[in-house]
Amino acid sequence: MADLANAPELEVREGVDRETVETVQNMGSYKYGWDTEIEMEYAPKGINEDIVRLISQKNEEPEWMTDWRLKAFRRWQDMKQPEWAMLTIPDIDFQDVYYYARPKSMAVKPKSLDEVDPKLLATYSKLGIPLKEQMILAGVEGAGESPAEARKVAVDAVFDSVSIGTTFKDELAKAGVIFCSISEAIKEHPELVKQYLGSVVPAGDNFYSALNAAVFSDGSFVYIPPGVKCPMELSTYFRINAENTGQFERTLIIADKGAYVSYLEGCTAPKRDTAQLHAAVVEIVILEDAEVKYSTVQNWFPGDEEGKGGIYNFVTKRADCRGDRAKIMWTQVETGSAITWKYPSCILRGDESQGEFYSIAIANNMQQADTGTKMLHLGKNTRSRIVSKGISAGKAQNTYRGQVSMHPKATNSRNYTQCDSLLIGSECGAHTVPYIEVKNNSSRVEHEATTSKVDDDQLFYCRARGMDEEEAVALVVNGFCREVLQALPMEFAMEAQSLVAISLEGSVG
Amino acid sequence: MLEIKNLHAELEDGSKQILKGVDLTVPAGQVHAIMGPNGSGKSTLSYVLSGRDGYEVTEGAASLNGEDLLAMEPEERAAAGLFLAFQYPVEIPGVGNLTFLRTAVNAQRKARGEEELSSGDFLKLVREKAKTLNIDAEMLKRPVNVGFSGGEKKRNEILQMAMLEPKMCILDETDSGLDVDAMRLVSEGVNALRAPDRSFLVITHYQRLLDHIRPDVVHIMYNGRIIKTGGPELALEVEKNGYADLLAEVAE
Repeated sequence: MADLANAPELEVREGVDRETVETVQNMGSYKYGWDTEIEMEYAPKGINEDIVRLISQKNEEPEWMTDWRLKAFRRWQDMKQPEWAMLTIPDIDFQDVYYYARPKSMAVKPKSLDEVDPKLLATYSKLGIPLKEQMILAGVEGAGESPAEARKVAVDAVFDSVSIGTTFKDELAKAGVIFCSISEAIKEHPELVKQYLGSVVPAGDNFYSALNAAVFSDGSFVYIPPGVKCPMELSTYFRINAENTGQFERTLIIADKGAYVSYLEGCTAPKRDTAQLHAAVVEIVILEDAEVKYSTVQNWFPGDEEGKGGIYNFVTKRADCRGDRAKIMWTQVETGSAITWKYPSCILRGDESQGEFYSIAIANNMQQADTGTKMLHLGKNTRSRIVSKGISAGKAQNTYRGQVSMHPKATNSRNYTQCDSLLIGSECGAHTVPYIEVKNNSSRVEHEATTSKVDDDQLFYCRARGMDEEEAVALVVNGFCREVLQALPMEFAMEAQSLVAISLEGSVG
Repeated sequence: MLEIKNLHAELEDGSKQILKGVDLTVPAGQVHAIMGPNGSGKSTLSYVLSGRDGYEVTEGAASLNGEDLLAMEPEERAAAGLFLAFQYPVEIPGVGNLTFLRTAVNAQRKARGEEELSSGDFLKLVREKAKTLNIDAEMLKRPVNVGFSGGEKKRNEILQMAMLEPKMCILDETDSGLDVDAMRLVSEGVNALRAPDRSFLVITHYQRLLDHIRPDVVHIMYNGRIIKTGGPELALEVEKNGYADLLAEVAE
């Protein structure tokens, strides 16, 4: 069991009580308390200007921030939910959601095993996520099959609406790296926040980004100074715990000239019968010669077999390669969420800047995913590469939606897109919607797409060697996704592989 | 070991009866060969025994060490000790040979209630086996059967067999498409696996494989049945005179 004594680097924010920290830290050893019972402090349900002000006040924000939020809120009120995605979204009553929830103190009731859905237990024990959480929070890595020595990963853990702590702060500070919650950054580094917040994803960019701008409660902030290679990987760990609560986190990452950082994001949420809203915004600014790697393993609860519950995930993620030779690489594994609406995108503004997008999206049962990327080539000699692997099983619908646009000044630019879909069973769907726009004569865009079914001969071959059907599917699918799995940092690769297996459970036979 | 009684099987859609009463017993430690002209049902027999979809058993029984094979899923048959070396091994892109082997070995161990092999033990074992089969390390890293030559694919099947240590090995025309050297390597691999508690059923067209793998018993299959059983000399007889004489004999 991890305790504070074993994790001396964890710097806990003021005002967060010890029990809350321990609860989160012990989520690992506390295997069966997936739905952590914690006494919460809520803002009243619903959204209006008072709620926006209340959130701002809870975060002790300066006036400029409150005004920024209110402006966004007013924009949002006039906006409509986007309808172009291939998604069937049930009516969401935005006034029936808690926009702020903070753990007050811990009140864990030891539960007997009988109370927990055995399927859920099996899922988490297979995934080994509890252990992972514990390790991540303790800041060590290197167990499992990776023979590597312990690698340090700094973590900012966000629990419902608040960041509860950040690890390795001192070590990062020595390198000049700022890694903290965004609420802290607003107070401590207002000049950076003012300069960059909303500069990649403007508040009014879309319905959900406006909503997020109005009510985002916390999130992570990263600044890597010029020429600094961040001494360790940074990560944010999001967890939605409270019921009926939306999570609206906001991440702002700035890589100054010549800087480098690899950033990991993990998310889980307990199983609930009612759907939950998640509308996050991630903005990444990359200056000259800087490079950012951003990896997500998204494992929100996807809803049950009938499509009940699960997270509605409406996320705007965008990186702006603002300087020449700037580079961004997105890697995502999307297995959770009832509904996913998400397009981590790259603006290739600087000359010779590069954008890469590697994605695995798995949709099983009643899940719906509409995900992809945008590559906006604005600068000369810019390069982009898209590798998307979509897997559909059960009755799920999985859409790849990608936009590649070569602007008139983006001469001699290149894009290569590889978009593969795999179908398991006969009731699911895979769709590919590429938008390609080329406005100059010297650029080249390539799009390759394939759709295939899990091959019966492959499955039989595996089974004849002793694997059961689900194991066989997992193996074949892992092979199908290999290119993307390999792009993940080691921290995530193993977890992602087991996730592939778990999220496809029940998809055959 | 393997006991097949009056086995009848047809294509699942009922369009064709293929096995029309196969009787066959392979005792422990023996090597039996099945020969016969094309279309006599040899490969179907191997598929039905290993549980491939697409066939329906309409009559008869098949058991391995007293366990009812036909009641089991393919993976249960494998865990019970049945192994089929495929005539056309399947390619699995993106899945490393080592990963595949390890998943298979551990799946079977788990099914039998044994402890899974650690990475270290597994690697040691696989290197050892690969060395005796003349398989280089490079082949272990490549995706399963992808881009393998015919000979490499067959050697890979034998490697799987060596790793899984089955009780009953069925080789489905393992000799097809092999040159003489590859055939010798494969045969040596099989011979090295011969053991008092392990049996083989070798399905083949030609005598030449049987020059290397000396069978104890040879069966001739025709039109869904075993029509003649004899010693190794039976295979030589086929080699010399073809099937015509045998078929005429049966027809009488």
